Amino acid sequence: MFVGTEMLKQLEEIKQKAQQEMDAVKDASALESWRVRYLGKKSELTRVLRGLASLPIEERKAVGAFGNELKSHLEEVYQLKEMALKEAQLKASAAREVIDITLPGRRLPVGHLHPITQTINEICEIFTSMGFGVVDGPEVEWDYYNFEALNIPEGHPARDNMSSSWIDHKAEPGGRRMLLRTHNTAVSARMVETLRPPIRVVSPGKVYRYEASDATHTPMFHQIDGLAVDKGITMADLKGTLYEFARRFFGEDRRVRFRCDYFPFVEPGVEMAVECAVCHGGGCRLCGNSGWIEILGAGMTHPHVLQRGGIDPEVYQSYAFGIGIERLPMLRYGIDDIRLFYGCDLRFLRQF
Amino acid sequence: MRVSLKWLKDYVTVTIPPADVAERLTMAGCEVKGLETIGGEWENILVGQITAVNPHPNADRLRRTTVNLGKEQQTVVCGAPNVRVGDKIVFARTGAKLMDGHTGQVFRLKAAKIRGVESAGMVCSEKELGLSENHAGIMVLPPDVPVGMPLTDLIGDTIFDLEITPNRPDCLSVIGIAREVAVLIGKAVCLPEVKYEESEPPVSEQMSIEIVAPDLCPRYCASLITGVQVKPSPNWMQERLLACGMRPINNVVDVTNYVMLEYGQPLHSFDYHTIGGRKIIVRRAYEGESIISLDGVERALTPDMLVIADEKRAVAIAGVMGGANTEVSDQTTAILLEAANFNPPSIHSTGDVLRLPSEARYRFERGISPELAMYALRRATQLIVELTGGKAAKGLVDVYPGKKAKEPVTLSVDKARRLLGIDFGAERMVRTLKSLGFECEITDSQIKATPPYWRSDIRLEVDVIEEIARIIGYDKIPATLLGEPLPKQTPDPMPGLKREVRSALVAYGFTDVLNFSLTGMDMMNRLMPEPHAIEPAPIRVANPMTAEMEYLRLNLRAGLLAAFAANRKHEDGSIRLFEMGKVYIPRGKGLPDERENVCGVMGGFRLEKSWQESEPLDFFDAKGVAETLFQRLGLEAAFETSSDDSLHANKQAAIIVACEKVGVVGEVHPRVLAAFEINEPVYLLEIDLRTLLPLSMAQREYHPVPRFPAIVRDMALVVDSGVTHARVQSIIKSFPLVEKAEIFDVYAGEQVSVGKKSMAYRLTFRSADQTLTDDDASRVQEQILSKLIAEVGAVLRG
Ligand SMILES: [Zn+2]
Repeated sequence: MFVGTEMLKQLEEIKQKAQQEMDAVKDASALESWRVRYLGKKSELTRVLRGLASLPIEERKAVGAFGNELKSHLEEVYQLKEMALKEAQLKASAAREVIDITLPGRRLPVGHLHPITQTINEICEIFTSMGFGVVDGPEVEWDYYNFEALNIPEGHPARDNMSSSWIDHKAEPGGRRMLLRTHNTAVSARMVETLRPPIRVVSPGKVYRYEASDATHTPMFHQIDGLAVDKGITMADLKGTLYEFARRFFGEDRRVRFRCDYFPFVEPGVEMAVECAVCHGGGCRLCGNSGWIEILGAGMTHPHVLQRGGIDPEVYQSYAFGIGIERLPMLRYGIDDIRLFYGCDLRFLRQF
Repeated sequence: MRVSLKWLKDYVTVTIPPADVAERLTMAGCEVKGLETIGGEWENILVGQITAVNPHPNADRLRRTTVNLGKEQQTVVCGAPNVRVGDKIVFARTGAKLMDGHTGQVFRLKAAKIRGVESAGMVCSEKELGLSENHAGIMVLPPDVPVGMPLTDLIGDTIFDLEITPNRPDCLSVIGIAREVAVLIGKAVCLPEVKYEESEPPVSEQMSIEIVAPDLCPRYCASLITGVQVKPSPNWMQERLLACGMRPINNVVDVTNYVMLEYGQPLHSFDYHTIGGRKIIVRRAYEGESIISLDGVERALTPDMLVIADEKRAVAIAGVMGGANTEVSDQTTAILLEAANFNPPSIHSTGDVLRLPSEARYRFERGISPELAMYALRRATQLIVELTGGKAAKGLVDVYPGKKAKEPVTLSVDKARRLLGIDFGAERMVRTLKSLGFECEITDSQIKATPPYWRSDIRLEVDVIEEIARIIGYDKIPATLLGEPLPKQTPDPMPGLKREVRSALVAYGFTDVLNFSLTGMDMMNRLMPEPHAIEPAPIRVANPMTAEMEYLRLNLRAGLLAAFAANRKHEDGSIRLFEMGKVYIPRGKGLPDERENVCGVMGGFRLEKSWQESEPLDFFDAKGVAETLFQRLGLEAAFETSSDDSLHANKQAAIIVACEKVGVVGEVHPRVLAAFEINEPVYLLEIDLRTLLPLSMAQREYHPVPRFPAIVRDMALVVDSGVTHARVQSIIKSFPLVEKAEIFDVYAGEQVSVGKKSMAYRLTFRSADQTLTDDDASRVQEQILSKLIAEVGAVLRG
């Protein structure tokens, strides 16, 4: 009895001491020496428990149970301390690693697509979704495709509105002359000749005029021309196609207007306008007080144009349209000088 | 074309507001660009007559003035010095908006007591009405104006500024616009009644006309007025001419202009006594002939120009401008009046060669109807007789070799429906056409429509269909979508490649720019460090606007380098620009070869400028862009030595894809940079997309993901400094088990002997069918080394 009681007393002392010492542990090395002292192979606890064998069987059971309990208690104390120390260490290092998150990041150089490129892409997407293919044609063009094929013979007043840059070239058979195309309808003139119905194509590209630069003119600008040829294509289809384009490009709420206009290569001829976004139709400086902004010319392809391309206008009907590109981003963003598109100025281009 | 509403009202009763008229005209094809109001807001302002002027009881300088307004009398207090009984004046009732004569501010007139006398309104000065700066006295009107008439009706007007399309020369006239307005508002047109007395002897005895060139002159009509007195034309005519933008000259010339504006037919007046032989000959000009035109300039004529001549000489450039030799002057007593029709292309080319724009030419060029000539001639003769006190000789001369029978256009009702996508019905179509002056005949769903004489533009069925559609209104046409089937498209792969390359370059920090395709010789020369002729010679514009826009560009480089330099003025960080567009290579014959190119330039630092240092770019950054781009396109690019003049001799490489040169990358030659005033290294990348296109379309090859592990070994070699990486790498990669051979270090310096360099490679060995052992890898590595020793004299670095 006496021996067992003595051992229990010793174990109780170990427990007390271990707890006291653990309270004083402040770092990993102190914790390690605590572990060696109380949980190691040569610890006091081990030494005391080694004496168990000398106890009578009934006392051995009770003391042994207490000893095991103490051991797992000390292990638990150890683990708690270990976790607490790690936590404290993380906190301490986090506190040391403070950065000024408001400093700028290390940025990669950023490029921008030109607003004209973006506009052409956007328009091509709208028309390709309606079954149009995208085609290309030469910028240096024969007089024939730019004018004659489109009912604009020499001396036609429409030529005066499209002053041309002619190419200095050697004599060509038939006195053919080359010029920088003045409108993308020249591509449509070629398509009427090379494609067979049903045709649905759009052709974006550069066009040229013999004109000095100012805020609303540049000697080079962009157009996208469209052409559809099939049996039974109507002016109502033209209206539907262009209204759908306007709805998708300008949004649902903008009113659209179709009025009679004249282009030598279409009959009936159309000019389409959208409601002025600034004054909503009331009239302002931007729209010249009309409340409307012209955005494109169109119409039913003239029978002579189809005939020249070898398409029978009695069998096939066709419509064509031409959209000026620059105007669209100018209206969308309120850009008041067309020359900015050709200035290559990063301060301008970075905004798109 | 400027048209006065008041003048328009001479021919059609306009009952709707001017803005509505403008809207309808615009929708139907005559665009009204502007609407100007003359006279402003003149509500409550009317014509009055002064019936009594009495002294003011309390002020010496003021008068109590009684004004008769027709239905009533009003008494006002007036201080003007020119108040006179009997004068017609402008009276403003209370409520009228006027301008203060002293301050110029607009105010609304209120009833007032002036020095104890009630004043019911005001007698106005021109300044108070906003008509002029004159405030010296009240405005006095002509004695014949009716009392009580609103001032707006007397001198107010609205001017329509119209944009007339080239197909509608008939609308270059007030009557033409009146016809349009009448149809659009459902009213009838009422033309002026033309009547004048004629006297013997007849014109035909005093004048003969011969058309020698009937191909250029389908019709020539003339009248003769004698005993005329040339003087200024009356105010009403001068006012109308001025409102339409024409300067009054004298009563004869003004009538020709007035009738041209009224009917759209240009007329010309000759001093009859200056015409030699009393004979007009319409002929082509003689070789070497010249004429002094009305503007005093001597014009050299050529045989393709049409002239009006007398027996000896040209007296006018037909349809373009008259001659000084037969001009109407103050001394003129007899007028030969011409109304003719000329061939439009001939008039155009003559006017173009002589650089002579004129109102007459503008109308003839657009093809006015020859029928118009006689109507206008009679009207002008009448007005000249009225205004000059002259006498018209009996009859008119009319030589009309180009007379054509009226041709009806056959319109199928069904075709109209099929073209417009809506059926307006035969009856409505006919009604519409008749309102426009067409004569119509219906037979089995066909309409035979004969256009009115003034419509020279209607020739085809579609022309008639447009007439129907525009008058009924384009807004009545429904909007439908195109039906099936979708056309079979053979997609052009180029737009796809362009889009791919563009988005890649934007992702690598390049900004898309656009330059004009036209450039100058100076720009092209700047690209050459040593001056020499440019090969091939660029395509030249025959009529260049400026020397900077004379040639079509042969490449995109100059524009980009100039853009780089311009941006450097305000950018201190990295600049990366690219342009995608065509370059124009002459072919000697036919249209040039338009090649789609892309070119990029870069300078500055690897990263955007920040608070931490970034490294400056070098050749390998530009090459890296090329490599990354081609990798993205699924292509393997090789780089070979190249000799592009504009690039640094040792820092450039040709880009090779599938044995074809597709472009070049390198540092821009320092002298080229200097020519563009750039003082930092700039790197350039250029790709010919047309050559690349077929290569980029090759189907990608699929390789299974490796199933067996790889063994990685490092190997450092010392070689002669002239040995290239490409050479070493190709030797290593000639062994089938080598999957990759990546260089990770290149060193020349103290650690190796002079003329040598060390190159370190990381080799990846892998087999597709089994797991390699260390022994396998070592064996291959030995073989590689012996081959390197044999072929490039490599030494394994210890
Ligand atoms: Zn507006």
